[in-house]
Amino acid sequence: MQLTIEFGGGLELLCDSVKIHNINVDPQDGEKQGSIDIISSFFNQLTLKNLLSWVRTNVIKERPEMFMKGDSVRPGVLVLVNDADWELSGQLDTVLEEKDNVVFISTLHGG
Amino acid sequence: MDSNSVEATRIRQEIDSLKSKKLNIEQQISSLEAQLHQLELNSNTASSLSNGNLGNSNGLSPDMIYRYSRHLLLPSFGVQGQANLLKSSVLVIGAGGLGSPALLYLAACGVGRIGIVDHDIVELNNLQRQIIHTEAYIGKSKVESAADACRSINSSTQIVEHKEAFRTSNALEIVSKYDVVVDATDNAPSRYMINDCCVVLGKPLVSGAALGLEGQLTVYNYNGGPCYRCLFPTPPPTNACQRCADSGVLGVVPGVIGCLQALEAIKVASLVGEPLSGRMLLLDAVSGRFRNVKLRGRSLQCEACGDHAVLTRQTFLDFDYEKFTQTPLSPGPLKLNLLSVDARISSTEYSEKVTEGETHVLVDVRPAHHYKIVSLPNSINIPLSTLEDRLPEISASLEKEAKKDSLDSGSSASLFVICRRGNDSQRAVELLHKLGFSSAKDIIGGLESWAHNVDPKFPTY
Ligand SMILES: [Zn+2]
Repeated sequence: MQLTIEFGGGLELLCDSVKIHNINVDPQDGEKQGSIDIISSFFNQLTLKNLLSWVRTNVIKERPEMFMKGDSVRPGVLVLVNDADWELSGQLDTVLEEKDNVVFISTLHGG
Repeated sequence: MDSNSVEATRIRQEIDSLKSKKLNIEQQISSLEAQLHQLELNSNTASSLSNGNLGNSNGLSPDMIYRYSRHLLLPSFGVQGQANLLKSSVLVIGAGGLGSPALLYLAACGVGRIGIVDHDIVELNNLQRQIIHTEAYIGKSKVESAADACRSINSSTQIVEHKEAFRTSNALEIVSKYDVVVDATDNAPSRYMINDCCVVLGKPLVSGAALGLEGQLTVYNYNGGPCYRCLFPTPPPTNACQRCADSGVLGVVPGVIGCLQALEAIKVASLVGEPLSGRMLLLDAVSGRFRNVKLRGRSLQCEACGDHAVLTRQTFLDFDYEKFTQTPLSPGPLKLNLLSVDARISSTEYSEKVTEGETHVLVDVRPAHHYKIVSLPNSINIPLSTLEDRLPEISASLEKEAKKDSLDSGSSASLFVICRRGNDSQRAVELLHKLGFSSAKDIIGGLESWAHNVDPKFPTY
């Protein structure tokens, strides 16, 4: 499945300062990383939970604790699926589709 | 001292003295202008009252009609929008990179009353982005500087100076006097505190942030929309909060976001347009892209604005925002103390060792782009993040120095570590001790201490 993922607000520093990544994820991959999600693997679907563990393994180069906490993102990170807050699409259970755009952005405090 | 430098010092002193006289005169002029304007306003009201009407029924004086004519000509804004604005009040918390342009526009556009909160003073390294302040105000209060600038743009707007740090103890009293709040602060605890205060008092909050080459903007607590805590119920880990003082910021980026904050505040105050509530604008200045994203609605579970929220005036007063976010409200530089006394030397002691010609290696552990700004002679740059991989370079340098000064085979060169403020150098020395360089010492207070105590001409940043 082709997806575009983007990092912002400083999270790009965790992956060699590259902000935009065009990736190709096999829906089964997430499962292989150990986060078994019976329903989504039955339908051969990729959920955001699967994607997070895939990104952590394949994209994040350093300090993964700055990206994730438990099986979700760390506090202070907004996740946007096609420019909408992931809370609106089911958070970790959001089912991703071909060509979806997922943004991970750290909230800024500077001024 | 040669005669040239004596002359230069004299000229500098004369310039400073003239500048302060000029500032004084400018202040007298603007105060007189404000008085004159007030007199004119009063006599206008008096004469129009005697005429029985204003000449028009919209309540705008001829001066105001002329000043705001470009607003009045806008069909979607018009007299009603301007009248609403003139009746409104906006509080801007923070007169820095975001607050500067926000205040300039809010003063210019005719908000009736503007409050400014800040406890800082203007410094030279603020001027790159905090465009409301000028060189003449270096060393003076930011609130005073910003207020003078606002008054010189629009003497008919009432400017209220709050020269104090924004704390739970004064927050409710200050915020309750305004209709709209603009968060132009620079740290996590202030953002939570301002949000909660606005929720308690039911005030819309225009929130902006900028760092590096990115900016973010949204309106919280407006018309049933989400608040800051709906989005971020848990504060981020402290090491995820970068500061402009450490990470840098391109001045115009907070400038853009501050202008947009003024725009949102104007929309809310004038009841014109669709404020950015339940949405967030993300600016990526490098690629020149804005992204307008849809946010979640108000969270029913939110601890500030949710259906079972326990936030009241009293719980707000008692809440410890510094503890909650593990971050101080006025972020002074972090002062670590990781090492024992014998693993540290002061910058003056180090300077003595250099003068005595002690055989040594000085490792500067700042990032490479910091090292390029300024560095001590004969130091080698090995950033902390790469230290473990580059130990052989340190060993080689130590051997080279020892050989150069033909030390006995038994003794070796000393190893000193320096950074910007003396935190990373301690982390580095701790690591070096673990990895076998047991004699490594850090220079207390880093290059800032060097500039302060040894060489006042050494640049700080
Ligand atoms: Zn809330």
